[in-house]
Amino acid sequence: MCTLEKRGNLFILTLTGDDQHRINPKLIGDLLSLLSQVKAQATRGSALITQAQGKFFSNGFDLDWAQAAGSEQGASERLLHMVESFKPVVAALLSLPMPTIASLTGHAAACGFVFALSHDYIIMRRDRGVLYMSEVDIGLTMPDYFNAVFREKIGDASARRDLLLRGLKMKGDEAVKRGVVEAAYEGEGEVRAASVRMAEELGKRKWQGEVYAEIRKGLFPQLSAVVGLSHKTIATPKL
Amino acid sequence: MCSLEKRGNLFILTLTGQSVEHRLNPHLITSIIAALSQAKAQSSRGSALVTVSHGKFFCNGIDLDWVNAVARSNQEAQQHFDHLYHSLKRLVLAFISLPMPTVAAVNGHVAAAGVVLALCHDYVIMRRDRGVLYMSELDKGIGIPEVFMALFRAKISGSTRRDILLRGLKIKGEEALKMGIAEAVHDGEEGVTDAGTEMGDELAKRKWDGEVYVEIRKGLYPELCGMLGMTSNVTATPKL
Repeated sequence: MCTLEKRGNLFILTLTGDDQHRINPKLIGDLLSLLSQVKAQATRGSALITQAQGKFFSNGFDLDWAQAAGSEQGASERLLHMVESFKPVVAALLSLPMPTIASLTGHAAACGFVFALSHDYIIMRRDRGVLYMSEVDIGLTMPDYFNAVFREKIGDASARRDLLLRGLKMKGDEAVKRGVVEAAYEGEGEVRAASVRMAEELGKRKWQGEVYAEIRKGLFPQLSAVVGLSHKTIATPKL
Repeated sequence: MCSLEKRGNLFILTLTGQSVEHRLNPHLITSIIAALSQAKAQSSRGSALVTVSHGKFFCNGIDLDWVNAVARSNQEAQQHFDHLYHSLKRLVLAFISLPMPTVAAVNGHVAAAGVVLALCHDYVIMRRDRGVLYMSELDKGIGIPEVFMALFRAKISGSTRRDILLRGLKIKGEEALKMGIAEAVHDGEEGVTDAGTEMGDELAKRKWDGEVYVEIRKGLYPELCGMLGMTSNVTATPKL
């Protein structure tokens, strides 16, 4: 489902296989476990890249698993369960003591897009792949933390509206232009290389992880609160 | 004051009436709210609404003549103004709770409360060749009510908000497009109106569930919705 690799100072989290990397309880469990490991092994200069194999970064919650409950009520409960249990993944990323990059070589939709946005930077392909909030098209409303992610991570009000209220399928170039992603590159290889370059550059700054995480949480106070994180003010600067 | 027409899945709300400036007074506001109620009652999956106007103005703000007309004192004028403000809040509420995508086809000048009316819609289309968008309050020495501020905070980003509200800019179509206020610009009144209905039709084709659409809209604008007293509904069951 997913693997963790350490390459020098870089942690590389890979969603393996050619499937849609749907977010279900198993994957959530694996992600939490691996992110714990990353946190435990963090040092000054660490950085995380999250990437995926195949056509998708992630296509959102595992609605098939929800439907397998066998009834409308059961399906709703399973969906709600996934919605709630993904919050700690967002919390883990928000409090990770190092810079994080989502390296998108495929589509990121719904919760998959939220997963990407939970990283500090997104790099994506310009020749293939879209960012897409499918909820309006399939008749689903947004969990509170989805709205918070969009509100705090995407500054442009009309971009937020286009993504959430219009179900826009946003490609790389537009995503860069509208400030949704950091950069877009041609082809899978270039995206991966650019992600490593960026991670290494950020790592070179040798930021103190705990401070980094606190500053990050301060940038996203509503989201932090909604996913159950508290904010410490660290008083001692290195003057 | 206004008329409502249904063309297939599209509701077309037209600001009519004698007033060339389509200024907002309690009569026009009540008329619009009634039309929106009707649209809501007749709505189905894949409904959409476009608001159009004709002539030099889309809407030039509140009807100050009405405010001052019957008032025999400053206190009475203030009371009328307050009454008007509350009506405007109800108008904003009616638009924000409309269970379908909405487009404002801004055919001409739009100022002050008229800008608020335009921004109540999900999308704004403006004229390229004529008309400006102008928040005149600063120049006139009038404050901006809290609900309007919340609407601006909800719909318009950062420095653009400052430029509209704190700088008294008269913004033409092309500029509005660049600033992210308008979705598109077109030449001529007919150009704008046609583009508005076209966009309405396009949005209608997506066949969105109206109830879900409103919930997602509310999630986008929580501060504004809170101020309008809107509560959130339980997550709708998706068609899995």
